[in-house]
Amino acid sequence: MIERISRLGRRGCDLLEAVGRAGLFLAQSMFGRPTMGGISLWIAQVYMVGVLSLAIILVSGLFIGMVLALQGYTILVDFGAADALGQMVSLALLRELAPVVAALLFAGRAGSALTAEIGLMKATEQLTSMEMIGVDPLRRIVAPRLWAGFVSLPLLTIGFSVVGIYGGYLVGVEWLGVFEGSYWGNMQASVGFFNDIGNGIVKSLMFALVVTWIAVFQGYDLIPTSEGISRATTRTVVYSSLAVLGLDFVLTAVMFGGLS
Amino acid sequence: MTASSLVEVENLHFTRGDRDIFRGVDLSIPRGKITAIMGPSGTGKTTLLKLIGGQLAPSAGRVLIDGHDVHRLSRKDLFQMRRRMGMLFQSGALFSDLSVFENVAFPLRVHTDLPESMVRDVVLMKLEAVGLRGARDLMPSELSGGMTRRVALARAVALDPELILYDEPFVGQDPISMGVLVQLIRRLNQALGLTSVVVSHDIKETLSIADYVYVVADGRVMAHGTPASLDVEQDPRVSQFVHGEPDGPVPFHYPANDFYDDILGQEEA
Repeated sequence: MIERISRLGRRGCDLLEAVGRAGLFLAQSMFGRPTMGGISLWIAQVYMVGVLSLAIILVSGLFIGMVLALQGYTILVDFGAADALGQMVSLALLRELAPVVAALLFAGRAGSALTAEIGLMKATEQLTSMEMIGVDPLRRIVAPRLWAGFVSLPLLTIGFSVVGIYGGYLVGVEWLGVFEGSYWGNMQASVGFFNDIGNGIVKSLMFALVVTWIAVFQGYDLIPTSEGISRATTRTVVYSSLAVLGLDFVLTAVMFGGLS
Repeated sequence: MTASSLVEVENLHFTRGDRDIFRGVDLSIPRGKITAIMGPSGTGKTTLLKLIGGQLAPSAGRVLIDGHDVHRLSRKDLFQMRRRMGMLFQSGALFSDLSVFENVAFPLRVHTDLPESMVRDVVLMKLEAVGLRGARDLMPSELSGGMTRRVALARAVALDPELILYDEPFVGQDPISMGVLVQLIRRLNQALGLTSVVVSHDIKETLSIADYVYVVADGRVMAHGTPASLDVEQDPRVSQFVHGEPDGPVPFHYPANDFYDDILGQEEA
């Protein structure tokens, strides 16, 4: 019994320690002085995590918008409210689906790659040798990746929404015959710039920070063996998906739940 | 501390998990010489290098480099100090996303403001010294093990450090590249006036280049002296190691319970 309690305590301490390490890690890499060639390193990473994720994000956005329109139409048409389709598609995408789904896809596409890349650098002593050359890998390797993720995901989310709304238009207007004017008109009338678009982007900024943070930290902190890398990559996807969904509930409650 | 020693290790203790790796190690590494640290695998020789380089902190004792306690330096001063050291890793640890040329240029680009033409000259000089000027455009994945280590050596000396730490430079090399490396280490040491620390368990090669040798085992310095004096060392543990005998005071077997009990005791249990 005592042993069980002590084990629980030890686990709690381990967890707290890991959180503390992760926090210090974030602070040191995000707010440290950038290194030489900081901008070009950052641009290279924006390409790696952002531009290369564009295809999966945009294709998913298109399909999600199309499915939304199809599902929404069949329900709305029963109430004779098919005119509200544009409003439904755009609000669902801007407030919820685009930030969340883009973040989940981003965790799978870019987060896991970041973890594996940094993990392999650690396993092959590249990080240690960089330290011995007198360059802080937190600034040189981690910081550009963190900032790249932080900037890329919100942009990807905007792209996701735009393509999704267009997908909804294709299905709703072109295929199912909703009146084009009411699709766009209702959307324009009901979507608030700060309330809907702004909050969606704020959400997406939070998700970007959390997902990239988890990904680079898991890579930096892993046990440098092949098993360690595989576990850390898995943990990146699992933790960041859970974190995104949990955080989304909290943010939604604050933004749209009338708590504020 | 004598004026002629660059690195001074005093009463170093280090614990990892429940295991004591070092229990009071004292070393003094003379300036301008090649000092070898030898010992069986698993005695923490690489750990010792990491302690000297300030990547790990000891649980007691201190490491002085040129009179500065490495583990009391601020992060900034530590990185400053590391510019004066080069380290050759066992795996080479080249940056896999940079070409050979860029790998060697990396320390120069980070720490100096040399114009591009000067960087190019320095890099080509360093690569020429290790015989790989022609390989400058290759990527690390296209190099053989011996070439990787030579490029890593060129990178380690790119900033002309005062101290260079070699972690197992001879492991896994064929006889030719082994000979090349031995010669390179000696030549670099003489030509550049470096202080070298070689961690290794390849006795013949190491003894052939070292000026002074420390034998580390069981968390302590077991013997030290010039290569000639170690050859006739009386301590049975040292002579077992130096002459490469498979069994002796350093046991061949990893600690286990009695073999007989282990095999036959199973059925009774």
